[in-house]
Amino acid sequence: MTTLGKTAGALFWMFRYLERSENLARLTEAGLRMSLTRGDTAVQEWRSVLTTVGLAQAYEETGLAYEPAQVVNFLLRGRNQGGSVLSMIERARDNARIARTAITREVWEATNECFITTRDTMARPLREADMPQALGMIRQHSALVRGALHGTMLRNDIYNFARLGTFVERADNTARIMDVKYYLLLPSLSHVGSTLDTNQWDMLLRSLSAQRSYRWLNPNETKAIDIARFLILDGRFPRSILFCALKISENLKWLGFDYNEEKPVHAQALKLAKDLESISVEQIFERGLHEFLQDFMASNAAIAWQIEKDYRFTE
Amino acid sequence: MGTDKSFFDEMYDEAGQPHPPFTAYGEWLAQQEPAKLLKKAYEAEDLFRKTGITFAVYGQEEAEERLIPFDIVPRIIAAAEWARLSRGIEQRVRAMNAFLHDIYHRQEIVRAGRLPEHMVSTNSAFLDRMVGFTPPGGVYSHIVGVDLVRTGPNEFYALEDNARTPSGVSYMLENRETMMRMFPELFTQMKVREVSDYPKRLRRSLSACAPPACKGDPVVAVLTPGIYNSAYFEHAFLADQMGAELVEGHDLRIVNGRVAMRTTQGYQPIDVLYRRLDDDYLDPMSFLPDSALGVPGIMDIYLAGGITIANAPGAGIVDDKAIYSYVPDIVRFYTGEEPLLQNVPTWRCSEPDSLKYVLEHLAELVVKEVHGSGGYGMLVGPAASKRELADFAAKLKRAPAKYIAQPTLALSTVPILTKKGLAPRHVDLRPFVLVSPERIDITPGGLTRVALKKGSLVVNSSQGGGTKDSWVLGE
Repeated sequence: MTTLGKTAGALFWMFRYLERSENLARLTEAGLRMSLTRGDTAVQEWRSVLTTVGLAQAYEETGLAYEPAQVVNFLLRGRNQGGSVLSMIERARDNARIARTAITREVWEATNECFITTRDTMARPLREADMPQALGMIRQHSALVRGALHGTMLRNDIYNFARLGTFVERADNTARIMDVKYYLLLPSLSHVGSTLDTNQWDMLLRSLSAQRSYRWLNPNETKAIDIARFLILDGRFPRSILFCALKISENLKWLGFDYNEEKPVHAQALKLAKDLESISVEQIFERGLHEFLQDFMASNAAIAWQIEKDYRFTE
Repeated sequence: MGTDKSFFDEMYDEAGQPHPPFTAYGEWLAQQEPAKLLKKAYEAEDLFRKTGITFAVYGQEEAEERLIPFDIVPRIIAAAEWARLSRGIEQRVRAMNAFLHDIYHRQEIVRAGRLPEHMVSTNSAFLDRMVGFTPPGGVYSHIVGVDLVRTGPNEFYALEDNARTPSGVSYMLENRETMMRMFPELFTQMKVREVSDYPKRLRRSLSACAPPACKGDPVVAVLTPGIYNSAYFEHAFLADQMGAELVEGHDLRIVNGRVAMRTTQGYQPIDVLYRRLDDDYLDPMSFLPDSALGVPGIMDIYLAGGITIANAPGAGIVDDKAIYSYVPDIVRFYTGEEPLLQNVPTWRCSEPDSLKYVLEHLAELVVKEVHGSGGYGMLVGPAASKRELADFAAKLKRAPAKYIAQPTLALSTVPILTKKGLAPRHVDLRPFVLVSPERIDITPGGLTRVALKKGSLVVNSSQGGGTKDSWVLGE
């Protein structure tokens, strides 16, 4: 069997949207937690969440207050240029419909149910009391789709396109979240041990589902430089930038074996992964964390664009 | 359950006893708790929802995806009944293909005076480009869905032939899957003939019609108008089950004299295209110039033997309801036999005497558009108000040739499960027929459509009809 360019594109985007929706839900969850524990900086926190997902201005224009109920509803079900969790899941499902013949029945049904449940849950504005449950539901359904993918899909080109979408999106997400908060991690500005930083760091780690893993590895002390190293360069952490870059390169490698042909994107992805492997966190700070993250996001986007081109997603 | 004696109920006789094919099922049913059965019905609906078996209804907002209601009481057909029906269907389908070949070649049937010339020459479904061309394997209608209705124990009528792009086969397959999941014990007790190999047989049947340009294993693709089409679920379903590609017009282009699809590794030729797209949209260079759904130039490739299109362009002429009225003659002409399946008596309103009769008896008749389908734009006389009758009479007088009329048939009923228990509802049956050069292959059973509204005779899903699983019993 061959794979249509359109189908490969739909798979790639299906998993990009799924990943993006899951990340947004997680970010919302972290924001909600922050605003519950630290009311005084809540407005700032919500602003930075909205900035991370590129919706700060759109929110400002709605004239809504920076209250948890308003922001969370906006992020989960708002009609904001396709930027809400609900519309992302809907797009993921539309792409799954296009790629229906390339995915197993299990993956399709998990995706379809994820959409149906989310749509039904978000049919009306969520009350604050219902939010944790709704957020948990989204996390659970994403896990079901992922489980179905791992458990039932053939490891062929189709699987690799799905995985590429996941990791391109995830890498971008991690870099974006860090970039909005990069100043927290700068050695010169951080006040070691102050409650403010501890809380902020905690929020950052939570936004990336990293708090547990980080504590596991660093049980005694929380240091900005360790957090940065962990989120960027720890190849064991599945949301770190290096982890994603290695995965992208690896999935491309399998694709190359499958098709018996390497494309321009192969060299591009390999170089990015190699560069990340050879750099230290100290060097990153020397270069400037913000600049580093910006450069990474640009390279990552270029790889995504090259994948689309090399594999003929569109004409 | 009370049965209305003016209609034949397929399950219960007038004494309330099950007819023979329903005996075993009736016994089983009598032991079931009504509340549990209703629960099963909800479970079935949930299964359909999860699977995403949906259907879009035109002309209604917010109705992007609707479920076709499914009823859990099966429609059961005896082995002998089915054997007789399939002989009739096969004869009819064979005659249809011979007819299509003839009208695109020597038109012997016209020369013999059995069909008026204008029926062909002025028919909008007749394609000049097909004249003199023989499709690969000589097959015009690869997939046919003959609509049958029943009015008595042994009275079946063919109501429509659907030789263009019959839909609904995915429901036939999913209905069976659902029934097997819901009531496995019934399938161990009764010998129900399988339907699940339909996709495999479809693929084999299509592959047998590969074009001259095909080298090696035929590459088969399903052409869909896209995810917003009402039957997209079915297109994806069939492609998936057949192991075929699911393509849209913008995935295709002409490369080196072949129709090729854009794959991740470049353009690759397609041998057989099962298109779920009407002729008009197929090729903007030959037909509707502003259609973005088709493939510019595909007709040239087709006529040069570069691809097989199923069903063949121009095959839709037999779906024409005026041509329908000639089918008994068509069967006699090409098979030399008497038709085994009856046609419904049909008045062609283009003929003055018929028009007069139709206008006088409008309240008793069903009037249909000659080129219509899906239950749109038809009049069911007995169910219409005075006002509707008057409006329709005016339409008829304005353009009589656009319409045919038929008596309102006393369609048979099969019970459905309602909250208040079983209740009889009218049904039809669409068996699916595959035609290849070697054989005509009929899947036992087909899609039973059921009018869910009490007394309604319109079974179309676009008009609120539902479906049932159809069981043909083994010998």
